[in-house]
Amino acid sequence: MATMKGAQILIESLRREGVDLVFGIPGGANLPTFDALYQSPIKVILTVHEQGAAHMADGYARATGKVGVCLATSGPGATNLVTGIATAFMDSIPLVALTGQVRTSVIGNDAFQEADTIGITRPVTKHSYLVKDPRDIARIVKEAFYIARTGRPGPVVIDLPVDATVNEAEFIYPEQASIRGYRPQAVPELQQEAIHRAAEVIANAKRPVIYAGAGVIHAGASQELAELARTARIPVTTSLLGLGGFPESDPLSLGMLGMHGFEYTNYAVAQADLLIGIGARFDDRVTGKPDEFARHAKKIHIDVDPSSINKTVIVDYPIVGDVKQVLAVLCQLVKPLDTGEWLKTIQAMRAKYPLMYREKSKLLPQYIIQQISEATKGNAIVATGVGQHQMWAAQYYQFNRPRSLITSGGLGTMGFGLPAAIGAQFGRPNDVVWDIDGDGSFQMTAQELATAAQHHLPIKVAIMNNQHHGMVRQWQDLFYQGRHAQSRLNPVDFVKLAEANHCAGIRVEQKGDVRSAIDQAMKTADRPTVIEFMVEEAEDCWPMIGPGKPHDQMLGTYETLKKEGGIPQYRHAEPDEESKLSLG
Amino acid sequence: MSEKHTISCLVENHFGVLARVSGLISARAFNIDSLTVSTTEDPTVSRMTIVVDADTNKLEQVKRQLGRLIDVIDVQELKEGGFIDRELLLARVHANGKTKADVEQIAKRFGAKLADTNDHSVVIEAAGDTKVLDQLVEQLRPHGITKLVRTGRVALEK
Repeated sequence: MATMKGAQILIESLRREGVDLVFGIPGGANLPTFDALYQSPIKVILTVHEQGAAHMADGYARATGKVGVCLATSGPGATNLVTGIATAFMDSIPLVALTGQVRTSVIGNDAFQEADTIGITRPVTKHSYLVKDPRDIARIVKEAFYIARTGRPGPVVIDLPVDATVNEAEFIYPEQASIRGYRPQAVPELQQEAIHRAAEVIANAKRPVIYAGAGVIHAGASQELAELARTARIPVTTSLLGLGGFPESDPLSLGMLGMHGFEYTNYAVAQADLLIGIGARFDDRVTGKPDEFARHAKKIHIDVDPSSINKTVIVDYPIVGDVKQVLAVLCQLVKPLDTGEWLKTIQAMRAKYPLMYREKSKLLPQYIIQQISEATKGNAIVATGVGQHQMWAAQYYQFNRPRSLITSGGLGTMGFGLPAAIGAQFGRPNDVVWDIDGDGSFQMTAQELATAAQHHLPIKVAIMNNQHHGMVRQWQDLFYQGRHAQSRLNPVDFVKLAEANHCAGIRVEQKGDVRSAIDQAMKTADRPTVIEFMVEEAEDCWPMIGPGKPHDQMLGTYETLKKEGGIPQYRHAEPDEESKLSLG
Repeated sequence: MSEKHTISCLVENHFGVLARVSGLISARAFNIDSLTVSTTEDPTVSRMTIVVDADTNKLEQVKRQLGRLIDVIDVQELKEGGFIDRELLLARVHANGKTKADVEQIAKRFGAKLADTNDHSVVIEAAGDTKVLDQLVEQLRPHGITKLVRTGRVALEK
C-alpha cells in the first residue's frame, strides 16, 4: 500500500469524520498540516487570534451539534487556544483542537515556540494525545472524534510534532474506535429499575418542576422533554445553557431559574415537592445555597455523566444514561398528573412577579433585547458575551428552539460572543445570527470582525455600550460600597471600529431609533453589522440571588422595583392575554 | 471527615497516565499519602494503588471523576478488611558491636532481613502491611534510624 505523509493522513482522517470546515492560524510547527489542508477540499477559516479560532469552532459545534475543529501552531499558538478549550470543556462542547508541536527529538529542550501543550491543557480537556508516530494518526483522530462527541461531550487536543506530520506511513482508517477505558453509555438494563422508580415518584407528585440543562440539547432530546412535560403536565425551567431546549412560548415554560432567573420561577422551585433534573449539573449559579435548593422537593437526576450526580446537591433518584433514551422510556411510563392547582399557583405567581424595569432617559438594554426578540420572532441564533447583557439576553429574548442560545455558561468567558457568532453563522448559513454583547466583552475579541467581514458573514452585533464592566460595577455597588475599582472602560468608537473592519456600523442613542437599526441590520446580507447602543450606565440586572443565598432571598424583586416606579415586562407570548399585549 | 482511603485503579500502560491521575487528585487539594504503579498480568495494563487522605463524600466524587478519565479502565475503593496490602521498607539503623544483636532480634521478630551490614549500621529489609511496618519503625527508632524508605502500599482484593 502506498504511504502518505502524516499531515495527509491527518486531513484524510478529518474528511472521514465529515469535517469540511476548520478554524485556525498557521505557524512554524503546523506548516505541514496547513500545506496538506491547502490541497484538500476542507475549507480553512483564517482567524485573527487563536482564541477566536477556538471560540468559532465552539460556536460552530453549539449551533450544529457537530464536532468543531480548530488549529494552532506550537507554543503561543497553542496557549492562545487554551481559554477556548477551557470554555468548551466547562460547557461540554465537542471540539477537536489540533496543535503543532516541535520535533519529537527536541521536546523538553526549550525549543523555539515550544510549550507543553498536553500538560497545559490536561485539566481542561476530556482527553488529549501527543502523536509520536504517523502510524498512530488515523487511530487517534478516530478516537478523538468519538470521545469528543459521545457521552458527556468535550474538547480533545491532538498535539502533532512536526516530524509526525512530515514522516510517512500507510493510511488505514479504522472502522470504529475501541477504547477499553471509555464506556460512554451506561448499560440500559441496569437503569430500567431506576427509571420505573422515577416514574412512580412522578406519579405521586403534587408540585413537580422539571429543571432541564444543556444535556437535553446535547442529546437531541428536546422532543422527548416536551413529550414528558406535556404528557404529565409538568412545568419546565431551564438553566442558562438549557434555554431553547424547551420552547419558552409553551405555557408550561418557566424560563430560566437561578441567580438572574425569573422571580416566580425561583419561587416555584422553592415550593416544588419534586424536582426532575435532566441533563443539568446543579451549577452554583442555579442552586444558590445548595442545602436549601428546592428544599421541599424529592429530586430525580438524569445525567449521562455519573460524576455529575450528587456533586453539589444530593439527589434521591439518580439515573445515569443518555438523556434521550431515558426520557423515551420515561415518557412511556408517565400518565397525566393532576397538576391543575399547581399550574394555577404558578400562573398566579407569573402574573404577580413579572420582570420589571424603570424607564430612564438613556436607552435600556432590556428594551433593545426585547426588540431583537420581537424582530427575529425568537428564531435567531443568539450568541453573547458574559455579563449583564448576557443575563438580560437570557431574560428578555424568547428562546424557542434548541441550539439558539450560544453562550459561555460555565467558564463565563468574556469575548466569546463575536467569534462564537461567526462559528455559528458558518455552521448555519441560512439562519439569522446575532451577537448580543457588552462593550467590555466585545473588546476582548473584537479583532475577529475582520474575519467575519472577510467572509461576508451577515452577523449582527448589538453592543450594549455602558462604558463599564457592568456586572462588575453592579457587584461593586452591591457588595463593595460603590467603589468602582477599574470597572469603568475607556471610551471606544465602535462605529469607526466596525467600519475600519469593513463592517457596517450604526450608533443608536434614542429609543425611537432602536427598531429601525435592528431592521436595517436584518436587511444587510453581505457583511456584518455592528450596532453600538449607547445605554444607561447605572442599570442593574434584576432580579438577583446573592451568591450562596437561598432562592427565596432575592434582591431587586418585583416589590422593590415597583416602589421605584418599575414597569412590568411580560415576555411570555402564550400563557395569557395580558402577556401577549405587553410583549415588547 | 478526612480519613485514609485506598483506591485501586487499572490504567492504560502508556506515558502521561500518571500525570492525569495525580493531576486530578491534586487539583482537589487531596494529599496523596502513597502511590504505586506497576504492570499487571496484562503488560498493556498497569495498576495504581493510591492512598489518599480525603473526606468521604469528596472522595466519591474523585472516584467517579477518575472513572471519567479515558485512560482509566477501572476504579475501586478497597474497603478495610476486604483487601491484602503490603509494602516494602528499607531502613538504615545504627548498630555497633553492642547493639547489633538487639537490632537483629527486632528484625527477626518482624520476619525482616538484613540487606546490608557494616561496622556502624545495618540495613533492614522488611515487607508487611502498613500497620506492622509502622510498629517495626517504632521499635527501631530508639536505635537511631539514619535513613528510611517505604514503597507505599500495594493492595489486592481478597
